[in-house]
Amino acid sequence: MAERSFEVVKPGLATTVQDLGRPGYYHLGLPLSGAMDRFALIAANRLVGNADGAAGLEAVFLGPELRFSADALVAITGAELPPKLDGVEQPLWTAFAVKAGQVLSFAFLKGGARAYIAIAGGIDVPEVLGSRSTYALGALGGFEGRALKAGDVVPLGAPTGSGREGTSLPKEGRRPTQESGVEIRVVPGLYWHRITEDAQAGFFEDTWKVAPEADRIGYRFRGGKKLDFVPRQQPFGAGSDPSNIVDSCYPYGSIQVPGGTEPIVLHRDAVSGGGYFMIGTVISADMDLIGQLQPHQPVRFQSVTLDEALAARAVEKVRLAKLGELI
Amino acid sequence: MQTRYSFGGDEHIFVEVDEEMSLEAFFKSLSMTTAVREADIAGITEICPANASFQIKFDPDVIAPQVLMERLKGFEAAAESAEKTIETRIIEIPVLYDDPWTRETLMRFRERHQDPDATDLEYAARVNNYPDVASFIAAHAASPWFVSMVGFVAGLPFTYQLVEREKQIEVPKYLRPRTDTPRLTIGHGGCFGCIYSVRGAGGYQMFGVTPMPIYDPAGKISYLKELMIFRPGDILKFRPIEREEYDATVAAIEDGSFVPKIVPVTFSLDAFTADPAGTNAKLLEALNG
Repeated sequence: MAERSFEVVKPGLATTVQDLGRPGYYHLGLPLSGAMDRFALIAANRLVGNADGAAGLEAVFLGPELRFSADALVAITGAELPPKLDGVEQPLWTAFAVKAGQVLSFAFLKGGARAYIAIAGGIDVPEVLGSRSTYALGALGGFEGRALKAGDVVPLGAPTGSGREGTSLPKEGRRPTQESGVEIRVVPGLYWHRITEDAQAGFFEDTWKVAPEADRIGYRFRGGKKLDFVPRQQPFGAGSDPSNIVDSCYPYGSIQVPGGTEPIVLHRDAVSGGGYFMIGTVISADMDLIGQLQPHQPVRFQSVTLDEALAARAVEKVRLAKLGELI
Repeated sequence: MQTRYSFGGDEHIFVEVDEEMSLEAFFKSLSMTTAVREADIAGITEICPANASFQIKFDPDVIAPQVLMERLKGFEAAAESAEKTIETRIIEIPVLYDDPWTRETLMRFRERHQDPDATDLEYAARVNNYPDVASFIAAHAASPWFVSMVGFVAGLPFTYQLVEREKQIEVPKYLRPRTDTPRLTIGHGGCFGCIYSVRGAGGYQMFGVTPMPIYDPAGKISYLKELMIFRPGDILKFRPIEREEYDATVAAIEDGSFVPKIVPVTFSLDAFTADPAGTNAKLLEALNG
């Protein structure tokens, strides 16, 4: 066993090592990856005295069970996935001390979808192309390019020593998880002109539900009306379905609607391109929010302008700046 | 050809050079992305060329979206008049057509196919008016292909054959995508070919497999130290092989003795348009020396 490490007793559903991602390789089909809820990972890192981009764990729906080989300082943020230390419940959004030999586990999920586990010193898997994030589809990065399995021994880095037990982010600094009334802001564009005016209006009027096919690559939604296309002769090379285009790049957050039926929002492990038209793009400020949606949760999409998207981005920057004051 | 610009949220600009695929659109897109890269504009974080379009990812805290949009539009005129010549390389890809693995997979997903009673090769030969599978394979392997985009998943090349439009192979994608495709499958959908770099979902028709890995996240294969082989603008040439050579190549890759055949070449779109057969003959001469 490495000097500072934890052993995976139970892996959870799909627990992966993530940092803030691997920019610069999207043109080769390698997506950014990294935490789906970046704010939550940054907050967790700050609580334990790590740099914002230190690697932590992202646990979805079901927490892992981890046995620590050395004393450690840990913080859990994001989803309401209550942590337990040797069976004793610990607070969320708060740094707590773990003694060598103790087991960190989790109670059942109460809200949100993804919890972030930061450990002082960060997770010390090798960097691949400048990041420790796991890109499972490409078997790249993270712990052996995959989600954790029982028996894995995961190495930890040396703590900076600046983290303090009991450091907590006050409620006003957190982003609460929402069960209802979730609105995702979208800038219409890309191939928006391919659907009729009625379909354009319907997309924003309808209530959609998160489909079970929702993962790090993309979130699928269903329950709204089928989108009707403006008739056209399909361009050469595009393919015969009206939702087909000549294969293009896909922006992060872009909303493709194969066959006009079920919108898919691409997320941090996005496929970088393909042959389905897109009706617009989720604004950068709302990407974290999508990472906390559960299957069957109702959402609505809200049309915004580029200026409104930039204003929302500025609000998120203030939220991050406030972290510095609160922690 | 009309270029269309659109914002992809607050972090992307999407530029469609043309709605339809053509080598002219691909070259214009490639020249524009090259010009953007050379301009080294602060705030741009990703430059992604695609078949007949491209995408720029940027940080709006560094450069205002409208300012960047105007700068991108400024590259269009120059790209139109740019010399359509690139220094590139031709790469030979050995292919076992009609192999046992894609055949087993296509049989498993037959109910998702347009023609459940035929194989993908039989179907593609028929809808493209070839008398039989052998003549279809001969056409697929005869003329080289451009790598017009790398993406979907890690290192996967989209390819466009260097033949006149009336000779382009066109097939629809599966009615419903498969949940499985063997790694290194040679696929085709619409007018595009591809090589599946990893095992996974897919909707393209399946024609064969290559023994030559094109993506290696572990970085263990001798010629894949940079993880992947293809870049947009590469030219590739399929060479049909038999099972014996397939097995020998797999063994050679494992023991590190396999060296892919890669030769530098110059490609001129004007020369190709004037004389496709003659230009391809020269490319193959360069490859086969």
